[in-house]
Amino acid sequence: MTSGLAIASVFSDFSDGLDFLFHQRESVAGGVQVGGSENLPLLWKHLEVVGLSMLFAILIAVPLGLFLGHTRRGSFLASSISNVGRSVPAIALVLFFSSYLGLELKNLVFAMTLLAIPPIFTNTYVGVRQVDEDVVDAASGMGLSGVQVVRKVELPLALPLVFGGIRTSVVNVIATATLGPFAGVLTLGDPIINASVYGEAGRIGTAILVAGLAVVAEILFALLQRAVTPAALRPPRRGLRDRLASPRLARVADSPT
Amino acid sequence: MLTLSQVVIRDRTNDTSCVARDGFCPDWIRDHIGDYMSPLLRHLELTVASVVAGFAIAFALALLAHRRRWLTGPITGVTGVMYTIPSLALFAILLPITGFGFVTGVVALTSYNLLVIFRNIMAGLDNVPEAAKDAASGMGMTDRQRLWRVELPLAIPEIVAGVRVATTTTVGLAALAFVAGAGGLGQKIIEAQNFKSNIVTASVLCILLAAVLDLLILFGERTALPWRRATSS
Repeated sequence: MTSGLAIASVFSDFSDGLDFLFHQRESVAGGVQVGGSENLPLLWKHLEVVGLSMLFAILIAVPLGLFLGHTRRGSFLASSISNVGRSVPAIALVLFFSSYLGLELKNLVFAMTLLAIPPIFTNTYVGVRQVDEDVVDAASGMGLSGVQVVRKVELPLALPLVFGGIRTSVVNVIATATLGPFAGVLTLGDPIINASVYGEAGRIGTAILVAGLAVVAEILFALLQRAVTPAALRPPRRGLRDRLASPRLARVADSPT
Repeated sequence: MLTLSQVVIRDRTNDTSCVARDGFCPDWIRDHIGDYMSPLLRHLELTVASVVAGFAIAFALALLAHRRRWLTGPITGVTGVMYTIPSLALFAILLPITGFGFVTGVVALTSYNLLVIFRNIMAGLDNVPEAAKDAASGMGMTDRQRLWRVELPLAIPEIVAGVRVATTTTVGLAALAFVAGAGGLGQKIIEAQNFKSNIVTASVLCILLAAVLDLLILFGERTALPWRRATSS
């Protein structure tokens, strides 16, 4: 095959994939409609799983990180959680819990919550620990109680990193939710995993959609992270060239999924 | 012949009830651990190939960005987008281009290593003390000599840290490479996806592989940089 033909066939694979996203068609075996608006239930289920796991992960990881960071305990925990967490395959965790607890939405959410906790926890912990000790001393000296120090000093100053962790986790969780079908939950991962039902176009089209979803979430949460950064901590506005060369907003632990 | 002998072993130890219940069966794991060696080897191949390829590309990009500073932003941006794309989606997107197999797995996994390694090489080069650079120039080194003999050796700790993160991450991600037909321990996991012994064995091997590779890199760094050992102890 000449390279021209190869490029044309790749192009037609991708345009067929995009067509799948916008127009219904019959499944490979026939009888069932897939694609187009039939993707919507998969999308909603995907977002539901992402939303629930993020909610639980934030409710657990942020208070824990604030507490351990404030009391300056558990630095070993913070570093080992993020190191070990990286090499545990998401699919292993999802299958492990669904094989023990059953194929249910809540078990998938449980596994995904566990995956979402480490980045948020580590970022919150580091965010609190890096607050200048003189600032904390000054706040205590002014008569603020421990809880007040956390609420009025440490949390606001740690907020950019906390949101950095949430941003990492959201992207991770959007990716992991594609493994839903392995836990009996039909998310956007279904057309990717079961190409024999949805066809090649279904696999490619949905993969493009999931990739787009992750990139959009990354950008949205980067903007959110910038918005919660206290003005004094924000990098000053500079020329375009400097801004291009500057590192992105801070994040401690992140890893692709 | 191998399969025949395994059937005999399973019958003799009489752990079929545990296996039939898809349970966690230490006896079964002991008898079947050999079946996991070739997926483990494939997993290792995927990891090493993509970390080496990722390092080579990131290193070239870093040398480029070191000379033309304004390239740092665009390179970080593009590799950052690659880093964000979920691996399952990337494996699927690459299928029409690179086909079903090992190459697709390595291409996708390589793309995830670029950002981490590039960022760490740049950070390492940026952290070289001005005094060391001045001294090198004062000794009459050209820019190129200064980069290779002074700046890069001093940046090694950060570079190695990046390679370590890339390696452990890749081991975890390679578990999904079966979607691209690249095999590995993930293939083993989904072959019996309800069997707890299987899931546990394959994932523990994944984690062990990551830990062993991490320690090997650390050991390699200490052997290659004896002066670091002297200062840190």
